[in-house]
Amino acid sequence: MRFVLNGKRADVDAAPLKRLLDVLREDCGLAGTKEGCGEGECGACTVLVDGAPVNSCLVPFAHVRGRKVTTIEGLRSRLPEALVREGGTQCGICTPGIVMAAAALGPRPSAACVREALAGNLCRCTGYAGIVRALAGRRAAPHPRVRAARGPRPVAPGRPKRTRRS
Amino acid sequence: MVGRSVPRKEGLDKARGAARYVDDLRFPGMLHGRTIRTTVARGEVTAVHLDFDTRGFAVVDHRDIPGRNVVALIQDDQPFLVEREVRHAEEPLLLLAHEDRETLRAASVRVEYRPGTPVLDPERSSRVFKEIAIEKGDLARGFAEADLVIEGEYRTGRQEHVYIEPNGVIAVPSGDGMTVYGSLQCPFYVHKALVGLLGLPHEKVRVVQTETGGGFGGKEDYPSIIAGHAALLAMRSGRPVKLVYDRLEDMAATTKRHPSIVRHRTGVTRDGRLTAMEIDVLLDGGAYCTLSPVVLSRGCLHATGPYRCDNLRVHGRVVMTNTPPSGAFRGFGAPQTVFAAEVQMDRVAEALGLDPVRLRGRNALRPGDTMATGQVLGEDASALAVLREAVKRSDFHRKRQAWRGTSRGIGLSLFFHGAGFTGSGEVMLASRAALELTPRGARIQVGSTEMGQGTRTTLAQIVAETLGLAVERVEVAEPDTASVPDSGPTVASRTCMVVGGLLKACAAEMKERLGGLSPAAYLKRHGPLRVIRQYEPPPGIAWDDATFRGDAYATYGWGCDVAEVELDPVTYEVRPTRVTAVVEIGRAVNPLMVAGQVEGGTAQGLGYALLEDVVMREGRMANAQLTNYMIPTTLDTPPVDVTILESPCRHGPFGAKGVGEMPMSGPGPAVANAVRHLGLDVRSLPITPEKVLECASSSTESEPTSTRRR
Repeated sequence: MRFVLNGKRADVDAAPLKRLLDVLREDCGLAGTKEGCGEGECGACTVLVDGAPVNSCLVPFAHVRGRKVTTIEGLRSRLPEALVREGGTQCGICTPGIVMAAAALGPRPSAACVREALAGNLCRCTGYAGIVRALAGRRAAPHPRVRAARGPRPVAPGRPKRTRRS
Repeated sequence: MVGRSVPRKEGLDKARGAARYVDDLRFPGMLHGRTIRTTVARGEVTAVHLDFDTRGFAVVDHRDIPGRNVVALIQDDQPFLVEREVRHAEEPLLLLAHEDRETLRAASVRVEYRPGTPVLDPERSSRVFKEIAIEKGDLARGFAEADLVIEGEYRTGRQEHVYIEPNGVIAVPSGDGMTVYGSLQCPFYVHKALVGLLGLPHEKVRVVQTETGGGFGGKEDYPSIIAGHAALLAMRSGRPVKLVYDRLEDMAATTKRHPSIVRHRTGVTRDGRLTAMEIDVLLDGGAYCTLSPVVLSRGCLHATGPYRCDNLRVHGRVVMTNTPPSGAFRGFGAPQTVFAAEVQMDRVAEALGLDPVRLRGRNALRPGDTMATGQVLGEDASALAVLREAVKRSDFHRKRQAWRGTSRGIGLSLFFHGAGFTGSGEVMLASRAALELTPRGARIQVGSTEMGQGTRTTLAQIVAETLGLAVERVEVAEPDTASVPDSGPTVASRTCMVVGGLLKACAAEMKERLGGLSPAAYLKRHGPLRVIRQYEPPPGIAWDDATFRGDAYATYGWGCDVAEVELDPVTYEVRPTRVTAVVEIGRAVNPLMVAGQVEGGTAQGLGYALLEDVVMREGRMANAQLTNYMIPTTLDTPPVDVTILESPCRHGPFGAKGVGEMPMSGPGPAVANAVRHLGLDVRSLPITPEKVLECASSSTESEPTSTRRR
């Protein structure tokens, strides 16, 4: 069956009812798309079909005939750097799905917009704080502070600028 | 390097989808494995029928086990595969493997049982896995001194870990040995279990941790079982076998947080001084002992909350029921007992007509105070510091006043968490860590695993700082039991403090041996250099397991959470709107990683408080799906304002203590106390809309629970 995979024409021989997730991981060798639940709840398997995010565990392969499928391997984006910088990835298994869901958003979305768009992507590690900071900007979620428990703390060299004291 | 928010070493690989987890690996000739489980909570297996064509299948039952059919942990009571007796409804009975997943899935197995009557209520169980008593002072005298005695019973339910990557391993047979790759926290636990099961010498078994998609305690002991199953199938078939659970099996069969019933009787003077605390802790351990005795001991050691009281007794029991075994989960018994202690504190404050902050401030542990076990606290006891900071930062008193009578509530919790293994645990572990010189810098060799919490980056920072190198020059070896020393399990908030401490010592020695030479120059002149260190308890630390007296932990982290909630008057949903989290953790080696632990642990704690409800029917989880077992999404998780206080501890590297587990303890009671502020007397978790509704309709007829003595 023919479709467009990460910008290139692809012709893959797989059962029409096979999950798109399995076709990508097993037949196309693209293991960056992850399976978290297999029931469309966690979003770890998010890919773009014609630019729209879908849970690839719920999509039968036949559904993408002639359409454009984009996976994490084919995405050109600065979001991974932002997620790493802001602590938006920990164990990392949900992160490719988060990146794909976020890729469908426009530039500089608001925190509310990010929270709405990512409500179908479960992350168990970060509490979403770093993810919201990475996608909606540093001020979109509270930034952690470091302070001395008592008395003034000696100034450590190279302390990151983001450390605020109040 | 230490104190900087260095980006996660493997972060970009993860975010770009290049990191390889166990399910991403394939081996030539690999089969897929499947576990056939029992379906009754108690009974005996009388017959097993294979209703499929077994050609092309590998089939394994308990008779195929070459070594011992027992998962070696604390008690040797749990079999890898059921022989006859069934103790819970998700026990592994039979293993199948086939190269085609669909054929494997279609295979039908019929099991006949002689059913027994299961014990499902822990209060009716007569089988006790472990009993603990901690006593201090004279309880009778303490109650005699009290002006008021307040009693209460508190309950918490099971909680599922929901690491987004389900459990999984691949077993690869090699000649007369076995290699297992897997998603796991403790490679040496798995190694020990496999040696016993397969009857192989130590050097013939190798365990390699693959990139692990979350653990939270859920991959502490259960991977030993899965690894054993895959290894048995690999041994039988002579081919690599992949055994990866789907979400349903993972939720139904693997461990959960222990359900708890905790009873408090507190004596207090009119001006708010605690004179007596009598606490009874009951945990439901499930069908096998697993880690329950140590979960109970951590639970009991945190049961008083961070308060001083001269007369107290904590009595704890963990009992057997015919349900899948409870196990390790971030906090390890403390979230249950801290919930009880902190809701009880708010009820004591109410009974006295005192401000909850004032009552806590009056009784909070201070440096030099003596804890329940007789441990004297050091200078880094920061209960008051975190309390004051959280109250100020959240504007607690103004909101508490202004929101009275509205649909908004605000509540707080004060908590602490012992860092490292309980009691003499660290001495018995005798962990070892090694550092190897490389041309660019150094390579860390430890069995401590990265599962998202930042092990690789944090340990590399400690070594880089000590050696005076850039953090990029410090590599971290793959946790592979064939090549790294056993640095102990990756649990108990111990990795940064204990293993980091060992590595700091290794690095200091390495620096001395280098004598000013660059790594490349040293290697050229003197050849390879590897430094190894073994754990030694800090001087002056003593613990007696028999009496539960002494220094239960080398040190403690301290935390205070303020939760703000809004009650929906129509649906009775309680929505958290903001959490202020203040922690004191010694020294933040990497503030971003520490904040990640606090933000993520707080979200997990909010799920425990409000959403996460494991529904059990006839000893099985009835909602083993993410569709109806709900964890917080972006829309359920409010902004969490994190403040990290530092008060360097003399036992940790650069003053660091543990942080991973502690944030789990605060949100449950803080949310319950915020709901209490709305006038709803909730004493169990999770606080579901059904519970709030029940509470709202019965609050007018609730009976008084405090008794005036004078």
